[in-house]
Amino acid sequence: MAIKDVLKGLAGFSPSESLYRRIVTPAVEAAIEKIPKPVGSFGYDPWGYNENAVKVSLGVTKWLYDHYFRVTANGLENIPANGRLLIIGNHSGQLPMDGVLLGTALATNPHGPRAARAMIERFFPTVPYLGNLLNSIGAVIGDPLNCAKMLESEEVIIVFPEGVRGSGKLYKDRYKLQRFGNGFMHLALTHKTPIIPVGIVGCEETMPAVANIAPLAKMLGVPYVPIAPPFPLPARVHLNFGKPMHFQCNMESEDEVTALVEQVKTEIRRLIALGLEQRKEIY
Amino acid sequence: MAARPAQAKKTILVTGAAGSLAKRVIARLHGRYQVIAVDFRQKVETDANIPSYKVDLHKRGFEDIFRNHKIDAVIHIGRFFAHEQDRQRRYNANVLGTKKLLELCRKYFVKQVMIHSTYYVYGASPYNPALLDEDAPLKASEVTQDLVDSVELESLAQIYLWKYPELNITILRPCNVLGPGVRNSMSLLLSRGIAPVLLGFSPMMQFLHVDDMADAIIVAFEQNKPGIYNVAPEDWVAFQEAVTQSGCSKLPIPSIPPVLPKMWSNLLNWNAFFPPYLINYFKYPVIIDGRLFRDTFGWKPRRSLNDIFSYYRKSKLLAA
Repeated sequence: MAIKDVLKGLAGFSPSESLYRRIVTPAVEAAIEKIPKPVGSFGYDPWGYNENAVKVSLGVTKWLYDHYFRVTANGLENIPANGRLLIIGNHSGQLPMDGVLLGTALATNPHGPRAARAMIERFFPTVPYLGNLLNSIGAVIGDPLNCAKMLESEEVIIVFPEGVRGSGKLYKDRYKLQRFGNGFMHLALTHKTPIIPVGIVGCEETMPAVANIAPLAKMLGVPYVPIAPPFPLPARVHLNFGKPMHFQCNMESEDEVTALVEQVKTEIRRLIALGLEQRKEIY
Repeated sequence: MAARPAQAKKTILVTGAAGSLAKRVIARLHGRYQVIAVDFRQKVETDANIPSYKVDLHKRGFEDIFRNHKIDAVIHIGRFFAHEQDRQRRYNANVLGTKKLLELCRKYFVKQVMIHSTYYVYGASPYNPALLDEDAPLKASEVTQDLVDSVELESLAQIYLWKYPELNITILRPCNVLGPGVRNSMSLLLSRGIAPVLLGFSPMMQFLHVDDMADAIIVAFEQNKPGIYNVAPEDWVAFQEAVTQSGCSKLPIPSIPPVLPKMWSNLLNWNAFFPPYLINYFKYPVIIDGRLFRDTFGWKPRRSLNDIFSYYRKSKLLAA
């Protein structure tokens, strides 16, 4: 996502009017207008989300969504048009293209578009341009206070509970769910937030990795360095959104929470199987 | 002077009286209260019946004001900005001066104290979540030694707040206060034709008009609900956008490695408006949640971001 976003950002800095019009199509503009998201007098929110930046980036990702990854999305009607929400999905494909495509699906949802927020690693704000750029299109550092305040202001947050365990896994392990963190369930319980499970099929094939060069990753201070295609391959992507799941629990032990997480995991597993069934060709 | 008739007006001591914010606070109090103006910089010219003193808070002479007037409340706004003095003198004036002030407030049975702090105390860090609550840790001293006095002044005030409830201490932590006459770093920066910005960094910021801040101090004073409050509007803007909106041309400064902008600032003596110790605040966001103050006191700023920026735009047009 990183490199794409930089290019996207560069395109956004001083696009000529005609290029801007080709990227920010009337459809994109209309979708953004319908998003129920309060912003300040200059189009910003407290986390740096900026309407103008979102327009440009959505224009680019919508093109990728339609023409490069040729996404099929089912169950978009399950996503409430208002109110706090957690979108929980399986993570794959080395680069977080799955997050980008999910965000695009949500922002252009004909049943009520939403501006989804993604949680990013804490080192991003220290990178010039990239940090601000990611903030401007809705990403924020994954701090519990950020999540809490966002849910309290009725935002949508995308969480991949597998984290780098999911995105960094090798091709031979495709569609095998890795261990889920419990953080998202604590958020859902504390802030009484419904969960929409989503099964993502196709992103595994965008960057099939045969191996991970762990020593190099350690040296560079990054989670993994895969031996994989240098850019995401145009695999067809299937998104299957499940029905909202509501949870309640007194949180008397962590095991209880883990059991609830397991329910979500089972549902995602079912949605992935559904997507694999729907898929007729990989590329 | 010591004796005064019952039902007389309350007497309020305002520090930092020469500053733009205190001047506005005094103007709002004048008439309804007996005001005493104090400043360490100069003897402030005031209206006929406002006694005015030039005195250092941490020097002995300060106590005479408490001896000669029956002071009911103190609004402590006076502060050396970091660009005004060296670290040692600033520490003495800000921290020891405040300590002295709070001691005198106890000794002379002052019934209410307002402390004007700053959002700087939270510290600018890449790991800051947005909408910091009042109970977030104060990490400014981690960022730079030049803000240690701000954090210590706060800690002192907090100790007194919990230990001596009879003082009714209210601590206000405003975001960037801007407007006519304001001489803090951010205001000096936006007043310039050319404003330095860090390449690739444009943190989110909050701005408050100095008139709104004066109103905030007055409502908090009159409702007297002791505690710690962030003071900020429910509006946000990226720093570089604020620079553009204020009519400044941007001078981009290489931001990597981090010593580079500090070096530039030192070399070109930008201490007043782009000081080395504030570089992090031009790089990472410190967004505070002002909800508690807004809800507790029913206060809302009346001037928009555009009102604030247009003052800087207009003053540049007038100068040209």
